[in-house]
Amino acid sequence: MSRTIYVDNAATTPVSKPVLDAMTPYFCEAYGNPSSIFYSVGAAAGAALAAAREKAAAALGCEAAELFFTSCGSEADNWAIKGTARKFARHGKKHLITSSIEHHAVLHSMQALEREGFEVTYLPVDAEGFVSPADVEAAIRPDTALVTIMFANNEIGTIQPIEEIGDICRRHGVWFHTDAVQAVGAVPIDCHALPIDMLSLSAHKFNGPKGVGALYIRKGILPLNFMDGGGQERGRRAGTENVAGIVGLAAALEIAVNGLSEKRTHLAEMRDYVLTHLRGMPQVKINGTLDGGKRLPNNVNASFTAAEGESLLLMLDMRGICASSGSACASGSLDPSHVLLAIGLPHEIAHCSLRISFGVQNTMEDARAVCAALDEIVPAVRARSPLWHESNGSFI
Amino acid sequence: MYSAKVMDHFANPRNVGEIENADGIGEVGNPKCGDIMKMFLKIDGSVITDVKFKTFGCGAAIATSSIATEMIKGKSIDDALKLTNKAVVEALDGLPPVKLHCSVLAEQAVKAALADYYRRQGVDPEPIVGKLEEDCHACSCDL
Repeated sequence: MSRTIYVDNAATTPVSKPVLDAMTPYFCEAYGNPSSIFYSVGAAAGAALAAAREKAAAALGCEAAELFFTSCGSEADNWAIKGTARKFARHGKKHLITSSIEHHAVLHSMQALEREGFEVTYLPVDAEGFVSPADVEAAIRPDTALVTIMFANNEIGTIQPIEEIGDICRRHGVWFHTDAVQAVGAVPIDCHALPIDMLSLSAHKFNGPKGVGALYIRKGILPLNFMDGGGQERGRRAGTENVAGIVGLAAALEIAVNGLSEKRTHLAEMRDYVLTHLRGMPQVKINGTLDGGKRLPNNVNASFTAAEGESLLLMLDMRGICASSGSACASGSLDPSHVLLAIGLPHEIAHCSLRISFGVQNTMEDARAVCAALDEIVPAVRARSPLWHESNGSFI
Repeated sequence: MYSAKVMDHFANPRNVGEIENADGIGEVGNPKCGDIMKMFLKIDGSVITDVKFKTFGCGAAIATSSIATEMIKGKSIDDALKLTNKAVVEALDGLPPVKLHCSVLAEQAVKAALADYYRRQGVDPEPIVGKLEEDCHACSCDL
């Protein structure tokens, strides 16, 4: 068995050693409840929590008081969307705007709100996956409560024109939320420099632990609480804080942001090597934009005509390579990815898609190994396919 | 995850290919659904002497096609007609629930190829093979 090459970093990333080391004391030593400030173990946990909040806020360009820790990115999305929708519903504003390529944490929150009587506009995207700011502006109505557009797409890596969209929302006085789960730690984000009111992030996408995320909420923006209970997080998100997880989130975020320039260069080098290789293969379509500056530095997504995605994935796994076919969130469903359909791929091409997402631990050797494997695997899968005609190398 | 048997048939599929001058060819499924199976039969008298397949689809689709060809090769037409999707699933040591429709496709592919064989003989296949679905309804069969 060859070594494992993990190239599914958009799904999750390994916790880095310095992050694990930063977290370790908060399990068995400084295990106190951070709200129990009148004895040493509690105070130590409370101090760690405060320090982590300062550190994470500095990395995001916001104030510590604007950062609220959650259990995951999905909770942050649910809070921002449902907390805003239900707040404005009291004032008769029951319209929400999002895109058709959001993560299910956003799309399914929207569908839940539709069942409660809210109206949702799902904006289309172009063939590269971009939302048009003009479409956002045209969709805003007097009763619009929230616009939520993801910072960067988890499947095809398209980075949205967040600044333009945010400016439009601000001009119209509509709150703007962005799901930045894939973008934080991968592209530069300065919350105060951008016209963003709320931003979701998740630690395990940037070499932090699973089970901890955060919602940035700009000062003066007050969505209704999502988690009711104790007075944690300044009374806005109940539940004893995941101290070790939050310390890990902050440590991972600091490392990612401090080394962002080198990280992006390293990731983009591997991404571009694979993209260039794929463009030289017959009947392969790159999904997402070819403009490297508008694509997540670690994302490769392509469709291999007549070669079904799961078969490609299993053959990669037999060679020790862990990748993804479309979105892992959709596995268990027979429908191809909603993102690939939204960029206009026919079902039969969307079924033939593979996502490769690099992480800081990957090397150019991994990128070359992925390409070499695909050179073998794609023809092998096509040779079994009744849709592939060897003689003319084409799709019928 | 798949059983070892499924992975064996996926990694080393039996009887992949096409048969020139086949006596019956059946194609089921729909590329839109992500599965299409094409089965080729060579028939001598009442015996299936050779069988080959080509499949576009997931690991389960490849494995069910492969094992179905093994289960009918060298068998009589009557035996092949008795092949059920349940038998295919059992022979593979089970399939994940969401993949059960692939076993239905394998059964249908064999039947479609036999129906084609009868049609070529000028025999109405329906009384023998039964009614075949023209399109893949597996996606909506709520398995």
